[in-house]
Amino acid sequence: MPLSPAITDLEQLKSHPAVARLTAWNPAAVQGVKFDRDEMTIYVDSAHLREACALLRDDSDCAFNFLSDVTCVDWTPAEPRFEVVYHLLSIPKKERVRLKVRLGSASPVVESVTSVWPGANFFEREVFDLFGIRFSGHPYLRRIQMPEDWEGHPLRKDYPVEGYR
Amino acid sequence: MAHLAPTPVVEPGQDRTMILNMGPQHPSTHGVLRVILEIDGENIVRIMPDIGYLHTGIEKTCEAKFYQQVVPLTDRIDYLCPMTNNLCYVLAVEKLLGLEIPPKAQWMRVLMNELTRINSHLVWLGTHAMDIGALTVFLYCFREREEILKIFEMVSGQRMMTSYFRIGGIALEPPLGFFDRVRDFAGYFPERVDEYENLLTANPIWGMRTKGVARITAEDAIALGASGPTLRGSGVDIDLRRDMPYSSYEKFQFKVPIATEGDVFARYVCRVQELRESIGIVRQALDGMPEGPIKADAPKVVLPDREKMKTQMEALIYHFKIITEGFAVPAGEVYQAVESPRGEMGYYVVSDGTAKPYRVHMRSACLANLQTLQTMCEGRLLADVVAAIGSIDIVLGEIDR
Repeated sequence: MPLSPAITDLEQLKSHPAVARLTAWNPAAVQGVKFDRDEMTIYVDSAHLREACALLRDDSDCAFNFLSDVTCVDWTPAEPRFEVVYHLLSIPKKERVRLKVRLGSASPVVESVTSVWPGANFFEREVFDLFGIRFSGHPYLRRIQMPEDWEGHPLRKDYPVEGYR
Repeated sequence: MAHLAPTPVVEPGQDRTMILNMGPQHPSTHGVLRVILEIDGENIVRIMPDIGYLHTGIEKTCEAKFYQQVVPLTDRIDYLCPMTNNLCYVLAVEKLLGLEIPPKAQWMRVLMNELTRINSHLVWLGTHAMDIGALTVFLYCFREREEILKIFEMVSGQRMMTSYFRIGGIALEPPLGFFDRVRDFAGYFPERVDEYENLLTANPIWGMRTKGVARITAEDAIALGASGPTLRGSGVDIDLRRDMPYSSYEKFQFKVPIATEGDVFARYVCRVQELRESIGIVRQALDGMPEGPIKADAPKVVLPDREKMKTQMEALIYHFKIITEGFAVPAGEVYQAVESPRGEMGYYVVSDGTAKPYRVHMRSACLANLQTLQTMCEGRLLADVVAAIGSIDIVLGEIDR
């Protein structure tokens, strides 16, 4: 199966239920889309992320009721530096969608989705711990993998693989 | 909705309660899980898992390796189901590359994966029963597990850290006598499952320790991100092998066991039924094993055979290049999820077009499942915590990575 180029044109992807629902709700919330290797990615404005998640969870056409994963990618030195990645699964429809939020390096803050999916708790703590992204409204945002007194965020690209000696 | 309450900071109690540390070196925590309990007599007021004791930074290490060098690292994440992790990672990279995998390799992967599932469930059953006090089952389970480990050793040379799958196929042809040995095992294994069930299912003590204990509803389980038998034990009918098939699982017939009670016993029933379904899949894989190559036809990605490498110039060049400078993977990102014995195991691999992955993230099923502990245990008895931890089948290596 040879690779076909990614589709990034919003008009072509309007028929996807998640894209349709989000653009109908607030066109400013959708910053871009990408359909690549049979996977749908929606770039969401960071101010609207929590509401967009709640919308996709409750809408009957989308029904993305399961949060698979929250993680982050550091694109330093590019700006905006961080991409926080949410993988959503619809158990009734057996479909996946990926939401992405771009955050600048100055103060990477995004609203927590723990009020939508309580299961985001540990995932967001891990992203906070290893990348230094803060999630506003998180009930217990403390380090989870590293010791409490650790300095720095190991999965950032400017953190050496062997650590600071 | 008890789980909506924020995870509490456990502080010394006011009047009646006391703080109890369980672990990190406690036999029933299956590794190095530390659970901080606030108890009022025998009743649990608050419970908080504390993890990170096994954190080794595997995700960071992956970023410094070539794509093919990551495969052995994936074994170490979840040492009870190495092949499932191998499979999930190689599927993700193959999707990034757009590789077509020959049928024999796909079927071998299914066969080994189901053996891995049996292996993992046997360890779970033995240790879980031992935690609750049924010591005998452990010995029975490890007898069969030994045979599976020998089968693993036959194909890969390793009992636990197999690294048998490669990007583009599998490492080696299965050796002579391999299929007969697996067929023997598939022949007698269902009787052995009957033996375990004779010891446990109708046992009144087992019933008292597990029925109605550590309940969780389907809504709570979904909201908390639980997956695998933890979710199916609450009556949610999802199995990625059937619903979003990968590696030609769509060609196999199997049932997905569901139980609706959501307690420890329901999760036990699901897993034991899965043992029977898995051995059914193994038999189908043995009967229908296709002939043909075991590696994809992609010389720039797949290492050439030893024979070719020693006789053909071109193969030698490719071999040298793959070993010394890896192979470039087209830029992009992929999230591949498989049904591991514990639930949804997912690999999120980001490529920037070079020979090393830009980012590898493992979605750990146990990490999400562990969050259900609070809902399962609060307001219940101290002894039930041990049963609850056992029933969600945690592997700390996968949680901490």
